[in-house]
Amino acid sequence: MLSHDFGAGFADPVVDAQAAFRAVLDALANPGTQQKLAGSSDGSGALGRELASTLLTLSDHDTTIWLSPALDVDAVKGFVGFHTGATIVDDPAKANFAFVALGDAMPELARCNLGSQEYPDRSTTIIAEVPDLSGGATLVLRGPGIRETQEISPVGLPGDFVAQWSDNRQLFPRGVDLLLVAGGQVMGLPRSSRIVEA
Amino acid sequence: MNAVANYNFAYLDEQTKRMIRRAILKAVAIPGYQVPFSSREMPMPYGWGTGGVQVTASIIGPDDVLKVIDQGADDTTNAVSIRAFFAKVAQVQTTTHTAEASIIQTRHRIPERKLEAGQILVYQVPIPEPLRFLEPRETETRKMHALEEYGLMHVKLYEDIARHGRIATTYAYPVKVEGRYVMDPSPTPKFDNPKMHRSEALQLFGAGREHRIYAVPPHTDVVSLDFEDHPFTIQHFEQPCALCGAEQVYLDEVILDDRGGHMYVCSDTDHCEERREAGHVGVLGMKEAAE
Amino acid sequence: MYVAVKGGEAAIANAHRLLADRRRGDRSVPALRLDQIVEQLGLAVDRAMGEGSLYDRELAALAILQARGDLIEAIFLVRAYRTTLPRFGYSEPIDTGAMKIERRISATFKDLPGGQMLGPTFDYTHRLLDPSIVGEDAEVPAVREAEDELAPRVTDLLGRQGLIEPDGELAEGQEVGDLTREPLDFPLDRDLRLQALARGDEGFLLALGYSTQRGYGRTHPFVGEIRIGEVEVEFDIPELGFAVSLGRVRVTECQMVNQFKGSARIPPQFTRGYGLVFGQAERKAMAMSLVDRALRAKEFGEDVTAPAQDEEFVISHSDNVQATGFVEHLKLPHYVDFQAELDLIRRMRAEHEVSAEQQEAAE
Repeated sequence: MLSHDFGAGFADPVVDAQAAFRAVLDALANPGTQQKLAGSSDGSGALGRELASTLLTLSDHDTTIWLSPALDVDAVKGFVGFHTGATIVDDPAKANFAFVALGDAMPELARCNLGSQEYPDRSTTIIAEVPDLSGGATLVLRGPGIRETQEISPVGLPGDFVAQWSDNRQLFPRGVDLLLVAGGQVMGLPRSSRIVEA
Repeated sequence: MNAVANYNFAYLDEQTKRMIRRAILKAVAIPGYQVPFSSREMPMPYGWGTGGVQVTASIIGPDDVLKVIDQGADDTTNAVSIRAFFAKVAQVQTTTHTAEASIIQTRHRIPERKLEAGQILVYQVPIPEPLRFLEPRETETRKMHALEEYGLMHVKLYEDIARHGRIATTYAYPVKVEGRYVMDPSPTPKFDNPKMHRSEALQLFGAGREHRIYAVPPHTDVVSLDFEDHPFTIQHFEQPCALCGAEQVYLDEVILDDRGGHMYVCSDTDHCEERREAGHVGVLGMKEAAE
Repeated sequence: MYVAVKGGEAAIANAHRLLADRRRGDRSVPALRLDQIVEQLGLAVDRAMGEGSLYDRELAALAILQARGDLIEAIFLVRAYRTTLPRFGYSEPIDTGAMKIERRISATFKDLPGGQMLGPTFDYTHRLLDPSIVGEDAEVPAVREAEDELAPRVTDLLGRQGLIEPDGELAEGQEVGDLTREPLDFPLDRDLRLQALARGDEGFLLALGYSTQRGYGRTHPFVGEIRIGEVEVEFDIPELGFAVSLGRVRVTECQMVNQFKGSARIPPQFTRGYGLVFGQAERKAMAMSLVDRALRAKEFGEDVTAPAQDEEFVISHSDNVQATGFVEHLKLPHYVDFQAELDLIRRMRAEHEVSAEQQEAAE
């Protein structure tokens, strides 16, 4: 069992990936809502269950990924290489996806790939594990996917997150998309969302 | 030998699905922007819904219930063929009832029944670029979208008004999404445009031959282009559906004889059937009841 | 009572049964075997392989049989199969200089190392229908299978004297693109353009190549060389540290040599148009090389005035599977949109009549 060395991937790669994708899709289509992110992979070390699910769902050898310091270790890199074949890069500006372990700092949004005016899709998506998706300071979301407003209160965002996000929103259609994961749930913050403090 | 057994769930291989899924997520994050994707050859011809089929194949799971319509009807041959394809390669449950479906793949119509949160409407798109007939070059239209330079579109619409006294675009009527991208709603009649505005459902658009995917998330502004002195209007039919008596729905004209006899019936067959089951009758339906 | 058209499913099943019947035709005529198609309709098989971009003669033969001989339909079948195949990696570039040659001609030199070799060509046949080839008893002259020959490429001979531009090379660190895996992004580099042309419709490229000869983007071409034969396909296995041979494929290569007077940047020299196609497909390879050179107009600072020089136009319309799908989709129902147009025309006609009457009344 070679895969044992790297931690197990999805038990059912087809069905599990589809379910995780729909959770991520629903999360981005309905910003600020929490979607159940079921996943049968335990990940590896600091790469928790939720991060592992999104990683297995979205990455393959056509993608570049950036790993936060706690993930930038042989066990996780082995997991990534064995299960996805994705290229690991050392600069979030070169990454399709940036994975951030619980406790690690998120890369500054402006330091990621923001895409171009012609190809705004060629930007980085950050997937960050946070301590909790609720219980923190309340933020108010407006924008596509939201009927009027949506309140969120994730714990563990950077101190200047609202300012960073405001700059990110200014760049629209360029910009970074963000997925927060915690406790088996995923929350999406697409670049189209406007975020203010409550 | 069952040849289908050799193919993956929902036909596409997992790598292709991942590539399409990544494109879909970008499309949702940038409403109305056409994301290039590496469209695959499908076992049905380009122009026959390969974009929609690839989107559906990438999102569909074993718990989904699929409805496929073409011209609003579940029983048109291409709708039958695509529905049978998914029933075979994904073994999913299919339905003709709009309310029961979690995914609805469509060509040329939006169902009459209001779509609900959690439903996904997948459009088959032949030409995704709303500016294509004004500027055939992709390199140019890409710049125009980047610079939000949509003057040409307004000029075209205004020329219509100057020449015909009205905007002479009746289907594939361009819309602006969330105040940013001008988008082609696919060749739906403009009658359906208002249904896209702030819909509860997620709307995904797949153009296989043209290698583009785009999206409108729920609760997103979708505004048909118009002018203050020539506001956008939708088609209005003088008579109700001859079978179910429905008004304010899109109707197909059916020629009854070679002497000019014709009637109008609902284009949305499911809507019509449900109304008739609920006891609504139109002019011809009544005749049947009397007979 | 009006009854809406129903039974699409049954209609489709019946149509497909009828198709199977017509495909088989008269049951008293022996059914075709795939090896008969592979052996006796070899050039049709080559075309299905080339434009289907899958090198497998037997599958191509099956596609032709299944498509009742409709080659574009056969190409579509091959493509739809190809796209489901797992890919393990990319082979090393083939070396056509090491080709085991069956046919090799040059229009630029009377004689040259390796010589001219006509090979199995229609050239110089008199196009007279020949009933004597029909049937099991038809006499076929025996041929002595010659040793496959090696010969240097004409362009290499010219290149040694610096008279022709060097073979194109990719920029440092750039990998060869793959249009089956990434969406096209205009303007294209030549690698992707050549891929698209190699898969492109023979008839379309033929017409475009022809148009360059008639003045629509003239390129002053000479056939430097056409060669047909087998080349080795090698696959690099990193774990082994060397490339292993996967087998041999037959290809047709055409190198068109084009006059070029030079520009501020480039000295006067001959330039190249390149064509490479699976199997024996000389017309396609020649047309491809003409169109390749025409599409390089910008590279040489030439005016882009003709259709064959217009990259977006040529590449967007060269794929016959895409083209046939979209042209044929017009037969799908469009009555919802047609209804919208009917409504518009009726309203406009009504207004037209009213304004005509008013005008009459005013006069």
